Amino acid sequence: MSIDRDTVKKVAGLARIAVTDDEAQALVPELNNILGWVEQLGEVDVSGVEPMTAVIPNHLRLRDDVVTDGNVRDRVLANAPQAEHGFFAVPKVIE
Amino acid sequence: MTTTSSYRIQGATGEWEVVIGLEVHAQITTQSKLFSGAATAFGAEPNTQVSLVDAAMPGMLPVPNRECIAQAVRTGMALNAQINRYSRFDRKNYFYADLPQGYQISQLYHPIVGEGEIEVTLDEKNPESARKTIGIERLHVEQDAGKLMHDQHPTRSYVDLNRSGVALMEIVSRPDMRSPAEAGAYLRKLRTILRYVGSCDGNMEEGSMRADVNVSVRRPGEELGTRTETKNVNSVRFVMAAIEQEASRQVDVLESGGRIIQETRLFDPDKMETRSMRSKEDAHDYRYFPDPDLLPLELEDAFLEECRASLPELPDAKRHRYENALGLSAYNAAVLTAEAETARWFEALVAESAKAAGKSEADVAKAAANWLLSELFGALNRLGKTLDTSPVNPAQGAELLGLIADGTISGTIAKQVFEIMLDTGDPAGKIVEERGLKQTSDTGAIDAAVAKILADNADKVEQYKAGKEALFGFFVGQTMKAMQGKANPQVVNEVLRKALG
Amino acid sequence: MTDLTNLTVAEIRDGFRDGEFSAREVTEAFSANIAAAKTLNAFIVETPDAALAAADAADAARASGALKPLSGVPIGMKDLFCTQGTQTTAASHILEGFVPQYESTVSAKLWSAGAGMLGKLNMDQFAMGSSNETSAFGNVVSPWKAADGKALTPGGSSGGSSSAIAARLCPAATGTDTGGSIRQPASFTGISGIKPTYGRCSRWGIVAFASSLDQAGAMARTVRDNAILLENMAGFDPKDSTSLDLPVPQWEAGLSSDLRGKKVGIPKEYRPDGLNPEIAALWDKGVAWLKDAGAEIVDVSLPHTQYALPTYYIIAPAEASSNLARYDGVRYGQRVLPDGAGLQDMYAATRAAGFGDEVKRRIMIGTYVLSAGFYDAYYTQACKVRTLIARDFEQAFTQCDLLLTPTAPSAAFALGEKQADPLAMYLNDVFTVPASLAGLPAMSLPGGLDSAGLPLGLQIIGRPLDEQGVLNASLALEERAGFTARAEKWW
Ligand SMILES: [Mg+2]
Ligand SMILES: [Zn+2]
Repeated sequence: MSIDRDTVKKVAGLARIAVTDDEAQALVPELNNILGWVEQLGEVDVSGVEPMTAVIPNHLRLRDDVVTDGNVRDRVLANAPQAEHGFFAVPKVIE
Repeated sequence: MTTTSSYRIQGATGEWEVVIGLEVHAQITTQSKLFSGAATAFGAEPNTQVSLVDAAMPGMLPVPNRECIAQAVRTGMALNAQINRYSRFDRKNYFYADLPQGYQISQLYHPIVGEGEIEVTLDEKNPESARKTIGIERLHVEQDAGKLMHDQHPTRSYVDLNRSGVALMEIVSRPDMRSPAEAGAYLRKLRTILRYVGSCDGNMEEGSMRADVNVSVRRPGEELGTRTETKNVNSVRFVMAAIEQEASRQVDVLESGGRIIQETRLFDPDKMETRSMRSKEDAHDYRYFPDPDLLPLELEDAFLEECRASLPELPDAKRHRYENALGLSAYNAAVLTAEAETARWFEALVAESAKAAGKSEADVAKAAANWLLSELFGALNRLGKTLDTSPVNPAQGAELLGLIADGTISGTIAKQVFEIMLDTGDPAGKIVEERGLKQTSDTGAIDAAVAKILADNADKVEQYKAGKEALFGFFVGQTMKAMQGKANPQVVNEVLRKALG
Repeated sequence: MTDLTNLTVAEIRDGFRDGEFSAREVTEAFSANIAAAKTLNAFIVETPDAALAAADAADAARASGALKPLSGVPIGMKDLFCTQGTQTTAASHILEGFVPQYESTVSAKLWSAGAGMLGKLNMDQFAMGSSNETSAFGNVVSPWKAADGKALTPGGSSGGSSSAIAARLCPAATGTDTGGSIRQPASFTGISGIKPTYGRCSRWGIVAFASSLDQAGAMARTVRDNAILLENMAGFDPKDSTSLDLPVPQWEAGLSSDLRGKKVGIPKEYRPDGLNPEIAALWDKGVAWLKDAGAEIVDVSLPHTQYALPTYYIIAPAEASSNLARYDGVRYGQRVLPDGAGLQDMYAATRAAGFGDEVKRRIMIGTYVLSAGFYDAYYTQACKVRTLIARDFEQAFTQCDLLLTPTAPSAAFALGEKQADPLAMYLNDVFTVPASLAGLPAMSLPGGLDSAGLPLGLQIIGRPLDEQGVLNASLALEERAGFTARAEKWW
């Protein structure tokens, strides 16, 4: 399975990373190289094998339903590139 | 009984059938969010109910809320659904300003609840109305997104993350509905069940329940057509309108030789129509994968038993019990169980009445049902109040019903007493006592009143005796009036019959 | 007076406690070394004031007899740990200027144990790299030099940590290890470092790379120092759902180099054709040292070893592609907003400008392997092979208690040498990645120098939760290797 420039651009689009045509072109051999290499996994017989879920046997703990957090708007907004009137601000979105 | 809906759209080229499936997002009633300890209350100042986890600060991690899991399981049980002891949280990856993590934690591959069903009636007030079973495909737990405001600044949108991370249940139906009315009935019934269970307040105006509406049309009996999904419709009425409008739009497209595009649409409540959401048409590839910050969710027996034990009696079971054990009419049983709050109030009224009268609940239930549905609801309607804000509580209602049952007051006087209760908040007994409203069975006083009325209306007595028996009611009315309504009607009847021969 | 910066953590702790020197003296000595070592570029942010404040608190505590386990010990903090009030960047422009309003659990534990922070250590960007060349703040330079005088990599991603410790800029530092990011830089710089069992250290407040692999650990010059540091980093954290709810053993107190009764496995798959003969020779020495310490040596097989790296390079990028989606220019960090750009353009421009090439490469790979149509072939397959790799270890541990392997396939290479070839760079982690995939505790310690005078590391891998076994075997090796070499000061 080999990818081309359009695929690179599509993937970059999904990942929201702007790439120029030249950058996309440069990524084609790099990504193909890596993907070609990882494809050797296809030769491993995994029949009857479950995908790993927990790295170390452990079970999911659940917490109690109590309010222990929030009311920290200043801390939430402290690093915002643009915050106004208690909101984060972004370029206008047209829905 | 299962029926097929006869709802059809008459197109220029013939009849079309509508196929509807609903994905309902219901906010789980909790104090704190699904994966953080921030509050969930409605209407707070922007970004005040946001933890560092909800804002997706670097290195923040999710820890699931037990109550969210329990409520989803209880809801699944109420839908007669399969509860999956093993489920997982997956990440749904996409970029949007209301989604700080860049992914929504949801459940795709292993939802917590599998197949179930809901029985609906098109007209719950009509016991003869057809019933239909709508399949539930799955129920899963996921995070809500934040909110974007577009109208506060000319060139900017504002992001409020208060809702970000609030727990939702997504309840996905099978495409089993065939008319807007069926979809409406399904939504109402689902909302009733959620409210009974207490897992969602069902408040569509505040957005705690909203529906994605999947609609397609086909010639009756043919294969499924291509569907569209109209997102986030937030009232039963709008859902029905969206279906109606979208189905006829699709028929128009197909009949004019076009094709339906599988797409996401938006319902505009002002124009009451759906329109394409092109901005979200960007090739969806959500790259779901198990969230590596969370382990599989494995439910233990004790937890499941706790969930089951804490389930209330559900609307269908309650309705059957009201009919069979309490002897109510099918209509009354249906109306009393349609809302959890009504049933709760009714049951308190019955319990208090039975206790006060030393009778069984079955003995007092009918009178209680009739009074609640006519007198109390009538009064609340007039006052613009609900059971929640009712000036009279079940114990006070029971006291009034007790006074009628033991003959202390007549039904007519009871209406008067109830009005005074609503005005003053005084208990019925006190009102009756203070205002001398007790009915009398004193035959001496009634005898005297009857004698006077018969003497004053000799002509009518003649007519009665000549066979105009309908005049009996007139004599009763006159006597009651003379007694200021306080005469025991049974005694009045007896005295009159005797006097009139 | 002795040079305080030559002391180990244990020596500083004990000497300070015994009144041989003050905490302030120790901290000032290290801060002076840091100030004089700008060429190494080991720190992104230096925090001498924070270190002094902790030192003064330690001095006061000593006066009042209320000493804590790390009182008087200044350390370096990898810039992947969020530190309240101090810029945390993960060595990426996209987080430049980000000042966390919270403290990571691990760093908070260290501060409350009395340690002081000398600064935030440079690293590979988002911990993606094995040479420190992906940092947006310039690469770290190793204090070691090649025979031909070329500048060497300190390894990565915890290369700021390894370089700083080797150059005596701090006695110990935190690291994080996703596929070898503690062990490989330790090996390259002649120090030791331990990655504990996955779940021992909380991940809360550590900038995430690959959630199912990331694990914080310790780096220092001795095994004992690693035990001390790790003891004060580990522990259950209810804020991390994958944290292990277990008590933290007293690893330092449990140290023993007597390996009688222990079986150590030698996995044959770690000796591929063409293994650097000097590394093979060191490995053989390690075997002899362990025997000398009383251990029994057994040959074992980990048949899926060759698939570990490709498995890792599917799973880690997949998780990273999602973990790094939050860097979008909305809530923190850099924002790039071209004229007239909409929201989605802003994301794309911000991420294009903010992420370095290697980070982008891995996000792209991760996005691709999760995308529609490829998910099962790549991601699911990799998760299944991961199960097989973990099973290999389980199987091996029925025959032995620990494993001995080399840490890296080579000594430190020159900066720039492998930058053009991502795949060649990835091969650096061939011996460290399998234990990461299985979540096992593993440690690297210096075994000796190669013919060019550069340090080579040995790796001990243990059963889940057997950090004590790993530390003890490492201690036995350390005692016998007698590694005292240090880089000659040129910076
Ligand atoms: Mg949907
Ligand atoms: Zn949903």
